[in-house]
Amino acid sequence: MAANPMTQFEVYRIGPEIKIGTFDISFTNASLFMIISSIAILLIFNLGSKKNSILPNKLQLLAELSYSFVSKMISDTAGSKAKPYFSFIFSLFMFVLFCNMFGMIPYTFTVTSHIIVTFVLAAFIFIGVTIIGFIKHGFGYLKLFVPSGVPVVLLPLIVIIEIISYLSRPISLSVRLFANMMAGHTMMKVFGGFVISLGIVGGWLPLSFSVALTGLEILVAFLQAYVFAILTCIYLNDALNLHH
Amino acid sequence: MIKKYFFQVIFFNLFFLKEVFAAESGGMPQLNPEFWVSQIFWLILTFGILYIILSKFILPKISGNLELRKSQIQENIEAAEKQREDSESKLKEYDEIILKSKIEAKNLFKDTRDKAIKDINSKREILEKQIDEEIKKAEKEISELKKTGPEKINKIAIETSSEILKSLIGTDVNNSSISAIVHDLSKKNGDKYYGD
Repeated sequence: MAANPMTQFEVYRIGPEIKIGTFDISFTNASLFMIISSIAILLIFNLGSKKNSILPNKLQLLAELSYSFVSKMISDTAGSKAKPYFSFIFSLFMFVLFCNMFGMIPYTFTVTSHIIVTFVLAAFIFIGVTIIGFIKHGFGYLKLFVPSGVPVVLLPLIVIIEIISYLSRPISLSVRLFANMMAGHTMMKVFGGFVISLGIVGGWLPLSFSVALTGLEILVAFLQAYVFAILTCIYLNDALNLHH
Repeated sequence: MIKKYFFQVIFFNLFFLKEVFAAESGGMPQLNPEFWVSQIFWLILTFGILYIILSKFILPKISGNLELRKSQIQENIEAAEKQREDSESKLKEYDEIILKSKIEAKNLFKDTRDKAIKDINSKREILEKQIDEEIKKAEKEISELKKTGPEKINKIAIETSSEILKSLIGTDVNNSSISAIVHDLSKKNGDKYYGD
């Protein structure tokens, strides 16, 4: 049913079914949009870095502004120790941003509106950050769960809360992005459905809502990519500079 | 009336939509695990390739470009600073030269003026000496003339008066008596004889 606002999130196979063992790794519309986003990123940044002129052209300016934007974000939140992880955070930010933005084009598929995608990203970040923390500080990393200046009586409770909050990081990180994208797209679909059902008489109100929502969703698409990246930086900061 | 109809339609639609939701089985496609493995696989593949290409080829180039531009701008700033310093020192030099030449010109002017004044003074001294001499000469002459003047006049007066008397009387008059009268006249300004 076209009226169902959830049909836009359906994943379907493109081409033949590919199986490795019992796992189905068929090429789907989600895969297609992942590849499109990646190619778009690579194309823009490749063209933007090809010619180095003192006065940059538009594409070069875009590439360099994004570079310095992410670079500043990392150095502001995680300090200079996070320099080696710049490429990863840059790729992550760009990937999420482009997936979100491609989802804003009508009839496209939003990769980041699927919990499994965002969860894999968040879990990878969580595991990576934890490994980095243990490599950098050894078992001293566990001090992260023991905040300083807390009365001894409260300590067991606080430690439990800290551990829960630490373990829920990948869930909160992934659900935030996924829920934002899904809710926004659902809402737009609902208002779009109103336009059709109310017709020429009453359709103008939801139409104007739809227009406003499009603007809002573009903002959210950028904001969520930014939040995703900056939270990664904050987690990385916890692992690199232990000061709890 | 229209407004009421409008809101009724919206309400009805919402109601209808809820019915649709209820009718649809399965709910969110995100929770359908059918394509989870596929999504994970393709995500790792595409994101991995994206990360490798970005970190190995593109980002170093961008950072290189940025560094190059930064260093170039720094170089330009330094060059501009150097040129500014150069021009400042040149300006100082120029000022010094101007000051020097001004002093020189002043000295030259002073020297020539002093020289001219000296020249004028010496010339004036010579001239003054000459004038003094001339004045002295003239004074001498005048004093001489003053000395000899009355005697000459008296002589002339005696001679003329003896001549006149000769032609009037026809005989020689004693010169000594005439000279006595003339002397007397010249001494007393002649008040005695020319009174009437």
